[in-house]
Amino acid sequence: MSEPKYNKDSMKNVLVVSLLVCLVCSIVVSSAAVFLKPQRMANKDLDRNKNILEAAGLYDKASGVSVDIAAEFEKFEIRVVDLQDKRVLSDIEAIDLGIDARTYDQRKAAKDPAVSKVLETSEDIASISRRARYSVVYLLREDDDIKKIVIPVHGYGLWSTMYGFIALDGDMNTVSGITFYEHGETAGLGGEVDNPAWKAQWSGKTIYNDDGVALKVIKGFASADSPQFNYQIDGLSGATLTSRGVQNLVSYWMGDDAFGPILDDFRG
Amino acid sequence: MSTKEVLLNPLFVNNPIGLQILGICSALAVTTKMSVALVMCIALTLVTAFSNLFISMIRNQIPSSIRIIVQMTIIASLVIVVDQILGAVAYDISKQLSVFVGLIITNCIVMGRAEAFAMQNPPGLSFVDGIGNGLGYSIVLMLVATIREFFGSGSLFGIEIMPLITNGGWYSPMGLMLLPPSAFFIIGLLIWALRAWKTEQIEAPEYEIGGHTALSKV
Repeated sequence: MSEPKYNKDSMKNVLVVSLLVCLVCSIVVSSAAVFLKPQRMANKDLDRNKNILEAAGLYDKASGVSVDIAAEFEKFEIRVVDLQDKRVLSDIEAIDLGIDARTYDQRKAAKDPAVSKVLETSEDIASISRRARYSVVYLLREDDDIKKIVIPVHGYGLWSTMYGFIALDGDMNTVSGITFYEHGETAGLGGEVDNPAWKAQWSGKTIYNDDGVALKVIKGFASADSPQFNYQIDGLSGATLTSRGVQNLVSYWMGDDAFGPILDDFRG
Repeated sequence: MSTKEVLLNPLFVNNPIGLQILGICSALAVTTKMSVALVMCIALTLVTAFSNLFISMIRNQIPSSIRIIVQMTIIASLVIVVDQILGAVAYDISKQLSVFVGLIITNCIVMGRAEAFAMQNPPGLSFVDGIGNGLGYSIVLMLVATIREFFGSGSLFGIEIMPLITNGGWYSPMGLMLLPPSAFFIIGLLIWALRAWKTEQIEAPEYEIGGHTALSKV
Protein backbone atom coordinates (compact mmCIF):
# COMPACT_ATOMS: atom_id res chain seq x y z
CA MET A 1 0.00 0.00 0.00
CA SER A 2 1.51 3.28 -1.04
CA GLU A 3 1.38 6.40 1.14
CA PRO A 4 -0.96 9.07 -0.18
CA LYS A 5 1.14 11.66 -1.98
CA TYR A 6 2.23 14.43 0.39
CA ASN A 7 0.40 17.58 -0.62
CA LYS A 8 2.11 20.63 0.77
CA ASP A 9 -0.65 22.97 -0.34
CA SER A 10 -3.45 21.18 1.49
CA MET A 11 -5.40 23.11 4.10
CA LYS A 12 -4.14 20.76 6.78
CA ASN A 13 -0.53 21.37 5.88
CA VAL A 14 -1.02 25.13 5.78
CA LEU A 15 -2.31 25.01 9.34
CA VAL A 16 0.33 22.60 10.59
CA VAL A 17 3.25 24.50 9.04
CA SER A 18 2.07 27.91 10.20
CA LEU A 19 1.46 26.62 13.71
CA LEU A 20 4.84 24.93 13.95
CA VAL A 21 6.74 27.90 12.52
CA CYS A 22 5.04 30.26 14.98
CA LEU A 23 5.69 27.94 17.89
CA VAL A 24 9.38 27.42 17.15
CA CYS A 25 10.00 31.10 16.39
CA SER A 26 8.23 32.30 19.52
CA ILE A 27 10.23 29.92 21.69
CA VAL A 28 13.50 31.09 20.13
CA VAL A 29 12.65 34.78 20.43
CA SER A 30 11.31 34.63 23.96
CA SER A 31 14.18 32.55 25.29
CA ALA A 32 16.70 34.93 23.73
CA ALA A 33 14.87 37.86 25.33
CA VAL A 34 14.66 36.22 28.74
CA PHE A 35 18.20 34.87 28.91
CA LEU A 36 19.87 38.03 27.63
CA LYS A 37 17.79 40.46 29.66
CA PRO A 38 20.01 40.60 32.78
CA GLN A 39 23.04 41.28 30.60
CA ARG A 40 21.22 43.99 28.64
CA MET A 41 19.96 45.68 31.79
CA ALA A 42 23.42 45.57 33.33
CA ASN A 43 24.87 47.16 30.19
CA LYS A 44 22.28 49.88 30.28
CA ASP A 45 22.94 50.72 33.94
CA LEU A 46 26.68 50.62 33.39
CA ASP A 47 26.35 52.97 30.44
CA ARG A 48 24.24 55.40 32.48
CA ASN A 49 26.61 55.32 35.43
CA LYS A 50 29.52 55.85 33.06
CA ASN A 51 27.82 58.97 31.77
CA ILE A 52 27.23 60.27 35.30
CA LEU A 53 30.95 59.82 36.02
CA GLU A 54 31.86 61.43 32.73
CA ALA A 55 29.69 64.48 33.42
CA ALA A 56 31.33 64.85 36.82
CA GLY A 57 34.76 64.57 35.21
CA LEU A 58 35.68 61.30 36.94
CA TYR A 59 35.89 59.28 33.77
CA ASP A 60 37.21 60.16 30.36
CA LYS A 61 36.39 57.80 27.53
CA ALA A 62 38.92 59.35 25.14
CA SER A 63 41.86 59.13 27.54
CA GLY A 64 41.66 55.34 27.47
CA VAL A 65 42.42 55.15 31.19
CA SER A 66 40.31 52.35 32.56
CA VAL A 67 38.27 53.23 35.58
CA ASP A 68 36.37 50.89 37.86
CA ILE A 69 32.96 52.33 37.05
CA ALA A 70 31.12 50.48 39.81
CA ALA A 71 33.60 51.52 42.52
CA GLU A 72 33.71 55.14 41.37
CA PHE A 73 29.94 55.29 41.19
CA GLU A 74 29.69 54.10 44.81
CA LYS A 75 31.21 57.43 45.89
CA PHE A 76 28.04 59.24 44.87
CA GLU A 77 25.24 59.92 47.28
CA ILE A 78 21.93 59.58 45.45
CA ARG A 79 19.09 61.75 46.69
CA VAL A 80 15.47 61.84 45.59
CA VAL A 81 14.06 65.30 44.92
CA ASP A 82 10.45 66.41 44.71
CA LEU A 83 10.19 68.80 41.77
CA GLN A 84 6.63 69.79 42.64
CA ASP A 85 7.25 70.79 46.26
CA LYS A 86 10.73 71.87 45.24
CA ARG A 87 12.70 70.16 47.97
CA VAL A 88 15.09 67.30 48.59
CA LEU A 89 13.48 64.29 50.22
CA SER A 90 15.06 62.49 53.12
CA ASP A 91 15.83 58.81 52.67
CA ILE A 92 12.89 57.88 54.88
CA GLU A 93 10.46 59.96 52.84
CA ALA A 94 11.75 58.36 49.65
CA ILE A 95 11.25 54.88 51.09
CA ASP A 96 7.74 55.83 52.22
CA LEU A 97 6.97 56.78 48.63
CA GLY A 98 8.32 53.44 47.50
CA ILE A 99 11.16 55.02 45.55
CA ASP A 100 14.52 53.31 45.51
CA ALA A 101 16.91 56.03 44.39
CA ARG A 102 19.24 53.53 42.74
CA THR A 103 16.66 51.96 40.50
CA TYR A 104 14.21 54.85 40.11
CA ASP A 105 13.05 55.15 36.51
CA GLN A 106 12.15 58.75 35.85
CA ARG A 107 11.12 58.03 32.30
CA LYS A 108 8.55 55.50 33.40
CA ALA A 109 7.32 57.80 36.16
CA ALA A 110 6.77 60.60 33.64
CA LYS A 111 4.14 58.44 31.94
CA ASP A 112 2.25 57.72 35.16
CA PRO A 113 -0.43 60.40 35.73
CA ALA A 114 -0.26 59.86 39.51
CA VAL A 115 3.34 60.98 39.80
CA SER A 116 3.76 63.31 36.86
CA LYS A 117 2.21 66.42 35.43
CA VAL A 118 1.37 67.61 31.96
CA LEU A 119 3.36 70.68 31.04
CA GLU A 120 1.50 73.62 29.51
CA THR A 121 2.89 74.76 26.17
CA SER A 122 4.16 77.96 27.75
CA GLU A 123 6.19 76.15 30.40
CA ASP A 124 7.25 73.19 28.26
CA ILE A 125 10.44 74.80 27.04
CA ALA A 126 12.24 71.50 26.46
CA SER A 127 9.29 69.89 24.57
CA ILE A 128 8.94 66.93 26.90
CA SER A 129 5.12 67.20 27.38
CA ARG A 130 5.10 65.39 30.74
CA ARG A 131 7.41 65.72 33.71
CA ALA A 132 7.76 63.24 36.56
CA ARG A 133 7.20 64.68 40.01
CA TYR A 134 10.28 63.01 41.44
CA SER A 135 13.79 62.95 40.15
CA VAL A 136 17.17 62.04 41.54
CA VAL A 137 20.41 63.94 41.90
CA TYR A 138 23.86 62.49 42.41
CA LEU A 139 26.04 64.22 44.97
CA LEU A 140 29.76 63.88 45.35
CA ARG A 141 30.91 65.08 48.76
CA GLU A 142 34.31 65.93 50.07
CA ASP A 143 34.22 65.99 53.86
CA ASP A 144 30.79 67.54 54.32
CA ASP A 145 30.84 69.94 51.39
CA ILE A 146 29.20 69.06 48.12
CA LYS A 147 31.88 69.02 45.48
CA LYS A 148 29.79 68.03 42.47
CA ILE A 149 26.14 67.56 41.75
CA VAL A 150 24.98 65.57 38.71
CA ILE A 151 21.49 66.28 37.41
CA PRO A 152 19.57 64.17 34.89
CA VAL A 153 18.14 66.24 32.03
CA HIS A 154 16.29 65.57 28.81
CA GLY A 155 14.71 67.51 26.00
CA TYR A 156 13.77 67.35 22.37
CA GLY A 157 16.38 68.03 19.71
CA LEU A 158 15.72 67.70 15.99
CA TRP A 159 14.68 64.05 15.68
CA SER A 160 14.63 62.67 19.15
CA THR A 161 14.52 63.25 22.87
CA MET A 162 18.07 63.62 24.11
CA TYR A 163 18.80 62.17 27.55
CA GLY A 164 21.82 63.24 29.48
CA PHE A 165 23.41 64.62 32.61
CA ILE A 166 24.71 68.01 33.59
CA ALA A 167 27.21 68.20 36.42
CA LEU A 168 27.74 71.37 38.43
CA ASP A 169 30.46 72.32 40.87
CA GLY A 170 29.78 72.87 44.57
CA ASP A 171 28.74 76.50 43.99
CA MET A 172 25.69 75.11 42.11
CA ASN A 173 26.41 77.53 39.30
CA THR A 174 29.59 76.51 37.48
CA VAL A 175 29.20 73.73 34.92
CA SER A 176 31.52 70.81 35.43
CA GLY A 177 30.44 68.78 32.42
CA ILE A 178 27.62 67.54 30.21
CA THR A 179 26.98 64.19 28.54
CA PHE A 180 24.22 62.59 26.55
CA TYR A 181 23.69 58.87 26.89
CA GLU A 182 20.78 58.55 24.52
CA HIS A 183 19.78 60.56 21.47
CA GLY A 184 18.88 60.01 17.84
CA GLU A 185 20.39 63.11 16.26
CA THR A 186 22.11 63.00 12.86
CA ALA A 187 25.58 61.47 13.15
CA GLY A 188 28.21 64.10 12.39
CA LEU A 189 25.82 67.06 12.72
CA GLY A 190 23.48 67.01 15.73
CA GLY A 191 25.24 63.85 16.84
CA GLU A 192 28.24 66.06 17.60
CA VAL A 193 26.69 66.63 21.03
CA ASP A 194 28.87 63.61 21.78
CA ASN A 195 32.01 65.32 20.48
CA PRO A 196 34.51 65.53 23.36
CA ALA A 197 35.86 68.85 22.07
CA TRP A 198 32.40 70.39 22.11
CA LYS A 199 31.55 68.97 25.50
CA ALA A 200 34.85 70.22 26.93
CA GLN A 201 33.92 73.88 26.47
CA TRP A 202 31.01 73.49 28.89
CA SER A 203 33.39 73.01 31.76
CA GLY A 204 33.75 76.26 33.72
CA LYS A 205 30.78 78.04 32.13
CA THR A 206 28.24 79.74 34.37
CA ILE A 207 24.55 78.90 34.39
CA TYR A 208 22.92 81.69 36.39
CA ASN A 209 23.28 85.44 36.45
CA ASP A 210 21.12 87.72 38.60
CA ASP A 211 18.11 87.22 36.34
CA GLY A 212 18.03 83.42 36.32
CA VAL A 213 19.30 80.95 33.74
CA ALA A 214 21.67 82.87 31.49
CA LEU A 215 23.62 80.09 29.76
CA LYS A 216 23.02 80.14 26.01
CA VAL A 217 24.04 77.89 23.16
CA ILE A 218 24.69 80.57 20.56
CA LYS A 219 24.95 80.41 16.79
CA GLY A 220 28.59 80.36 15.73
CA PHE A 221 31.52 80.74 18.09
CA ALA A 222 31.58 82.33 21.52
CA SER A 223 34.15 85.10 21.54
CA ALA A 224 36.50 85.17 24.52
CA ASP A 225 36.38 89.00 24.47
CA SER A 226 32.64 89.12 24.96
CA PRO A 227 31.43 89.95 28.48
CA GLN A 228 28.91 87.15 27.99
CA PHE A 229 31.64 84.60 27.24
CA ASN A 230 31.09 82.72 30.48
CA TYR A 231 27.44 82.26 29.60
CA GLN A 232 27.97 81.15 26.00
CA ILE A 233 28.48 77.78 24.33
CA ASP A 234 29.39 77.45 20.63
CA GLY A 235 26.46 76.19 18.58
CA LEU A 236 26.95 72.97 16.64
CA SER A 237 27.54 73.89 13.02
CA GLY A 238 24.91 72.45 10.70
CA ALA A 239 22.70 71.50 13.65
CA THR A 240 20.74 74.60 14.61
CA LEU A 241 17.75 72.68 15.93
CA THR A 242 19.82 70.28 18.02
CA SER A 243 21.74 73.23 19.49
CA ARG A 244 18.45 74.93 20.28
CA GLY A 245 17.23 71.70 21.88
CA VAL A 246 20.27 71.59 24.15
CA GLN A 247 19.76 75.25 25.03
CA ASN A 248 16.10 74.56 25.81
CA LEU A 249 16.76 71.61 28.05
CA VAL A 250 19.30 73.61 30.03
CA SER A 251 16.83 76.49 30.36
CA TYR A 252 14.07 74.16 31.49
CA TRP A 253 15.86 71.85 33.90
CA MET A 254 17.95 74.59 35.48
CA GLY A 255 14.92 76.91 35.62
CA ASP A 256 12.32 77.65 38.29
CA ASP A 257 9.98 74.87 37.26
CA ALA A 258 12.57 72.14 37.73
CA PHE A 259 15.89 72.08 39.58
CA GLY A 260 16.41 75.84 40.04
CA PRO A 261 14.86 76.10 43.53
CA ILE A 262 16.49 72.83 44.61
CA LEU A 263 19.92 74.12 43.66
CA ASP A 264 19.12 77.25 45.69
CA ASP A 265 18.46 74.98 48.64
CA PHE A 266 21.79 73.25 48.28
CA ARG A 267 23.53 76.58 47.93
CA GLY A 268 22.12 77.26 51.39
CA MET B 1 26.44 26.57 -10.17
CA SER B 2 29.34 25.45 -8.02
CA THR B 3 29.57 26.41 -4.35
CA LYS B 4 32.42 28.74 -5.17
CA GLU B 5 30.36 30.58 -7.74
CA VAL B 6 27.45 30.84 -5.33
CA LEU B 7 29.76 32.40 -2.76
CA LEU B 8 31.78 34.71 -4.99
CA ASN B 9 29.36 35.78 -7.70
CA PRO B 10 27.43 38.20 -5.46
CA LEU B 11 30.66 40.10 -4.72
CA PHE B 12 31.02 41.74 -8.13
CA VAL B 13 29.27 39.80 -10.89
CA ASN B 14 25.83 39.81 -9.30
CA ASN B 15 26.17 42.30 -6.46
CA PRO B 16 22.94 42.76 -4.51
CA ILE B 17 23.35 46.54 -4.33
CA GLY B 18 25.33 47.10 -7.54
CA LEU B 19 23.27 44.99 -9.93
CA GLN B 20 20.13 43.90 -8.13
CA ILE B 21 19.75 47.38 -6.53
CA LEU B 22 18.45 45.84 -3.30
CA GLY B 23 19.03 47.05 0.25
CA ILE B 24 19.67 50.67 -0.70
CA CYS B 25 17.70 52.03 2.26
CA SER B 26 20.06 50.80 4.95
CA ALA B 27 23.05 51.61 2.74
CA LEU B 28 22.03 55.25 3.05
CA ALA B 29 21.27 55.15 6.75
CA VAL B 30 24.17 53.40 8.47
CA THR B 31 27.18 54.44 6.40
CA THR B 32 28.26 57.63 8.17
CA LYS B 33 30.63 55.69 10.44
CA MET B 34 32.68 52.63 9.46
CA SER B 35 32.36 50.84 12.81
CA VAL B 36 28.58 51.05 12.69
CA ALA B 37 28.50 49.96 9.05
CA LEU B 38 30.73 46.98 9.87
CA VAL B 39 28.43 45.72 12.60
CA MET B 40 25.46 46.22 10.30
CA CYS B 41 27.25 44.15 7.61
CA ILE B 42 28.01 41.32 10.03
CA ALA B 43 24.45 41.33 11.35
CA LEU B 44 22.96 41.33 7.87
CA THR B 45 25.29 38.60 6.59
CA LEU B 46 24.39 36.36 9.53
CA VAL B 47 20.68 36.98 9.17
CA THR B 48 20.73 36.34 5.41
CA ALA B 49 22.77 33.16 5.80
CA PHE B 50 20.69 31.66 8.58
CA SER B 51 17.32 32.69 7.17
CA ASN B 52 18.38 31.09 3.88
CA LEU B 53 19.46 27.96 5.75
CA PHE B 54 16.27 27.54 7.78
CA ILE B 55 13.94 28.42 4.93
CA SER B 56 15.73 26.01 2.63
CA MET B 57 15.46 23.26 5.25
CA ILE B 58 11.69 23.46 5.26
CA ARG B 59 11.26 24.58 1.64
CA ASN B 60 9.52 21.34 0.68
CA GLN B 61 7.01 21.75 3.50
CA ILE B 62 6.18 25.45 3.11
CA PRO B 63 2.81 25.78 1.37
CA SER B 64 3.15 28.25 -1.49
CA SER B 65 0.09 30.21 -0.38
CA ILE B 66 1.73 31.28 2.89
CA ARG B 67 5.40 31.13 1.90
CA ILE B 68 6.08 34.88 2.19
CA ILE B 69 4.65 35.10 5.68
CA VAL B 70 6.60 32.03 6.78
CA GLN B 71 9.78 33.60 5.43
CA MET B 72 8.99 36.86 7.20
CA THR B 73 8.38 35.09 10.50
CA ILE B 74 11.73 33.30 10.33
CA ILE B 75 13.60 36.43 9.28
CA ALA B 76 11.94 38.58 11.94
CA SER B 77 12.77 36.05 14.66
CA LEU B 78 16.42 35.97 13.60
CA VAL B 79 16.61 39.75 13.55
CA ILE B 80 15.17 40.01 17.06
CA VAL B 81 17.70 37.46 18.30
CA VAL B 82 20.57 39.39 16.65
CA ASP B 83 19.29 42.63 18.19
CA GLN B 84 19.15 41.03 21.64
CA ILE B 85 22.64 39.61 21.32
CA LEU B 86 24.05 42.96 20.20
CA GLY B 87 22.40 44.65 23.18
CA ALA B 88 24.03 42.13 25.48
CA VAL B 89 27.55 42.00 24.06
CA ALA B 90 28.13 45.22 22.09
CA TYR B 91 25.98 47.78 23.84
CA ASP B 92 27.64 50.92 22.47
CA ILE B 93 27.33 49.80 18.88
CA SER B 94 23.79 48.58 19.31
CA LYS B 95 22.95 52.03 20.67
CA GLN B 96 24.32 53.63 17.52
CA LEU B 97 22.54 51.22 15.20
CA SER B 98 19.30 51.74 17.15
CA VAL B 99 16.37 51.02 14.85
CA PHE B 100 18.42 49.90 11.89
CA VAL B 101 19.04 46.41 13.27
CA GLY B 102 15.29 45.98 13.47
CA LEU B 103 15.04 47.26 9.94
CA ILE B 104 17.11 44.35 8.64
CA ILE B 105 13.70 42.66 8.54
CA THR B 106 12.66 44.95 5.75
CA ASN B 107 16.00 44.70 3.94
CA CYS B 108 15.10 43.48 0.48
CA ILE B 109 18.27 41.37 0.23
CA VAL B 110 17.16 38.98 2.97
CA MET B 111 13.67 38.49 1.55
CA GLY B 112 14.96 38.50 -1.99
CA ARG B 113 17.47 35.71 -1.40
CA ALA B 114 14.99 33.64 0.60
CA GLU B 115 12.42 33.82 -2.17
CA ALA B 116 14.78 33.64 -5.16
CA PHE B 117 17.34 31.12 -3.92
CA ALA B 118 16.54 29.31 -0.69
CA MET B 119 13.11 28.17 -1.89
CA GLN B 120 14.73 26.21 -4.75
CA ASN B 121 18.08 25.06 -3.38
CA PRO B 122 19.40 22.71 -0.68
CA PRO B 123 20.28 24.11 2.76
CA GLY B 124 24.09 24.03 2.45
CA LEU B 125 24.15 25.91 -0.83
CA SER B 126 21.52 28.36 0.41
CA PHE B 127 23.62 29.13 3.46
CA VAL B 128 26.61 29.87 1.22
CA ASP B 129 24.42 32.04 -0.98
CA GLY B 130 23.37 34.01 2.09
CA ILE B 131 27.00 34.53 3.11
CA GLY B 132 27.93 35.54 -0.44
CA ASN B 133 25.15 38.10 -0.75
CA GLY B 134 25.87 39.40 2.72
CA LEU B 135 29.49 39.92 1.67
CA GLY B 136 28.43 41.58 -1.59
CA TYR B 137 26.33 44.00 0.45
CA SER B 138 29.19 44.46 2.91
CA ILE B 139 31.72 45.40 0.22
CA VAL B 140 29.53 48.20 -1.08
CA LEU B 141 28.52 49.34 2.40
CA MET B 142 32.11 49.48 3.64
CA LEU B 143 33.26 51.35 0.52
CA VAL B 144 30.51 53.92 0.96
CA ALA B 145 31.21 54.18 4.71
CA THR B 146 34.95 54.65 4.08
CA ILE B 147 34.32 57.51 1.68
CA ARG B 148 31.68 59.12 3.87
CA GLU B 149 33.58 58.89 7.13
CA PHE B 150 36.86 60.00 5.54
CA PHE B 151 35.49 63.12 3.88
CA GLY B 152 32.68 63.78 6.34
CA SER B 153 34.53 63.36 9.61
CA GLY B 154 38.18 63.14 8.55
CA SER B 155 38.56 59.78 10.27
CA LEU B 156 38.48 56.04 9.58
CA PHE B 157 36.97 53.68 12.16
CA GLY B 158 36.86 56.70 14.47
CA ILE B 159 40.63 57.20 14.24
CA GLU B 160 41.47 60.70 13.17
CA ILE B 161 43.25 60.85 9.80
CA MET B 162 42.68 64.47 8.85
CA PRO B 163 42.44 66.71 11.95
CA LEU B 164 39.25 68.79 11.84
CA ILE B 165 39.21 72.56 12.23
CA THR B 166 36.82 72.15 15.17
CA ASN B 167 39.49 70.07 16.90
CA GLY B 168 42.26 72.50 16.07
CA GLY B 169 43.35 70.90 12.77
CA TRP B 170 43.14 72.03 9.15
CA TYR B 171 40.40 69.94 7.53
CA SER B 172 36.98 71.44 6.99
CA PRO B 173 34.63 68.45 6.72
CA MET B 174 32.17 68.04 3.85
CA GLY B 175 28.82 68.25 5.59
CA LEU B 176 27.05 66.68 2.61
CA MET B 177 28.92 63.42 3.22
CA LEU B 178 27.15 63.03 6.55
CA LEU B 179 23.70 63.37 5.04
CA PRO B 180 21.89 60.44 3.35
CA PRO B 181 21.86 61.92 -0.18
CA SER B 182 25.65 61.63 -0.41
CA ALA B 183 25.32 57.84 -0.19
CA PHE B 184 23.03 58.00 -3.21
CA PHE B 185 25.70 59.78 -5.24
CA ILE B 186 28.45 57.43 -4.05
CA ILE B 187 26.42 54.30 -4.77
CA GLY B 188 25.52 55.70 -8.19
CA LEU B 189 29.17 56.33 -8.97
CA LEU B 190 30.11 52.85 -7.70
CA ILE B 191 27.51 51.25 -9.96
CA TRP B 192 28.89 53.28 -12.87
CA ALA B 193 32.42 52.11 -12.08
CA LEU B 194 31.26 48.50 -11.71
CA ARG B 195 29.49 48.57 -15.06
CA ALA B 196 32.43 50.19 -16.78
CA TRP B 197 34.52 47.25 -15.54
CA LYS B 198 31.95 44.49 -16.13
CA THR B 199 30.27 45.72 -19.28
CA GLU B 200 27.89 42.73 -19.48
CA GLN B 201 25.98 44.31 -16.57
CA ILE B 202 24.87 47.23 -18.72
CA GLU B 203 21.20 46.83 -19.45
CA ALA B 204 19.77 47.47 -22.90
CA PRO B 205 17.94 50.79 -22.96
CA GLU B 206 14.22 50.26 -22.48
CA TYR B 207 13.35 52.89 -25.03
CA GLU B 208 15.24 54.30 -27.94
CA ILE B 209 14.36 57.40 -29.86
CA GLY B 210 13.78 56.59 -33.50
CA GLY B 211 14.99 58.56 -36.50
CA HIS B 212 13.07 61.51 -37.92
CA THR B 213 11.14 59.42 -40.39
CA ALA B 214 8.40 61.95 -41.08
CA LEU B 215 10.82 64.78 -41.73
CA SER B 216 13.10 62.74 -43.98
CA LYS B 217 10.29 62.37 -46.52
CA VAL B 218 9.90 66.09 -46.98
